[in-house]
Amino acid sequence: MNKATIDLWVGIFVTIGIGAIVFLALKVGNLMSLETKPSYRLEASFDNIGGLKLRAPVKAAGVIVGRVESVRLDPKTYEAVVTLRMDDGYQFSKDTIAQILTSGLLGEVYIGLEAGGDPAMLADGQRVAKTQSAVVIEKLISQFLFDKASSGPTPSTGPSAK
Amino acid sequence: MPADAIARGFRRVGNGTMRAIARAGFATRFFLAVLYHSPAAFHRLQLTVREIYFAGVLSLVVIMVSGLFVGMVLGLQGYDALNKYGAGDSLGIFVGLSLVRELGPVVAGLLFASRAGSAVTAEIGLMKTTEQLSAMEMMAVDPLARIVAPRFWGGVISMPLLAALFSVMGVFGAYLVGVRLIGVDSGTFWGNMRAGIEFWPDVTNGIIKSTVFGIAVSLIAVFEGYDANPTAEGVSAATTRTVVGGSLAILALDFVLTVFMFRGLGTV
Repeated sequence: MNKATIDLWVGIFVTIGIGAIVFLALKVGNLMSLETKPSYRLEASFDNIGGLKLRAPVKAAGVIVGRVESVRLDPKTYEAVVTLRMDDGYQFSKDTIAQILTSGLLGEVYIGLEAGGDPAMLADGQRVAKTQSAVVIEKLISQFLFDKASSGPTPSTGPSAK
Repeated sequence: MPADAIARGFRRVGNGTMRAIARAGFATRFFLAVLYHSPAAFHRLQLTVREIYFAGVLSLVVIMVSGLFVGMVLGLQGYDALNKYGAGDSLGIFVGLSLVRELGPVVAGLLFASRAGSAVTAEIGLMKTTEQLSAMEMMAVDPLARIVAPRFWGGVISMPLLAALFSVMGVFGAYLVGVRLIGVDSGTFWGNMRAGIEFWPDVTNGIIKSTVFGIAVSLIAVFEGYDANPTAEGVSAATTRTVVGGSLAILALDFVLTVFMFRGLGTV
């Protein structure tokens, strides 16, 4: 096998190998989704974020307008402070409501924004004032059970009768 | 008499431990020596290009065909399981994540160890058996720089490219089965895949994994060849050790790397 043939084949191999990595980056992963777009940050604090994960989508009317960048606990108020990285193309009014929602019963957790009517818009670094926490199903169930027990015919058997 | 037998047992364990430690030490020094001689492999690039040809280009067929079939099987099995929960549309993300994160690097690494690693071990071992390595030293040519380092780097460079090709062929195979055969919507397939897989960290973790596997397998291959007993039996045993040790190293490293990579993906 002479040098030119080997060079040719190695060149083809390396090219399609790098092409495969680029394919994985662009077609399979979404490298070009938000990182390259200009963005700004918003903060929102919630009593409970449930199963919210980093990089979870932020949606308004079902359209992805940003992603969760970081989650931390405020040591004073014991609220979860979520930093949102918003696409620069979308502006939201000051009275926007941020909710933690779940798509479907077992689907991914995301933050839904409902725009308000305030003409003033949220700027970089500002905080979304109105928030609604995640619905924790265990709490709902226990509330339901306690309600049943306390309103049932034999209150003495209920765990929260007193 | 029983005391004798017990002492013999301990001696055997002790001897085995000492030999294992000595071998590990030799392997570490060998690795450092290969790194020290690596500039020579890039200074005389033609030697390394030749090894990329043998390790990479000649592995293309087996890697791509395996990737295609693994992807097609993933498409069938994944759709079958997901569809029980009405989640057949998630086939794209299921196939993409398992290939990019795990199957691409690991299966390509296992194939690479058996296809290219064994060849390198046999080649170097046979050179040692026929005293070609000694002959080179006599001519003041360092076999580490001339033989070992180019083969090591040829493997290290080929491995991530082969793993990426494996993943792409797998995704293509799953596309063929999922979209063309079963009838998952093409837009849903690609859209879910792109929504669920990030370049950072998913694809980059796959690349890091395959690079680490490439280093491990190539090092084991050149080391076993260089360390082989210079007999026909010795070379065959060394080739076996390359495939077995390389495969086990890949699986063990994969677990360790996965544990480290998943730490950052929690809630906080």
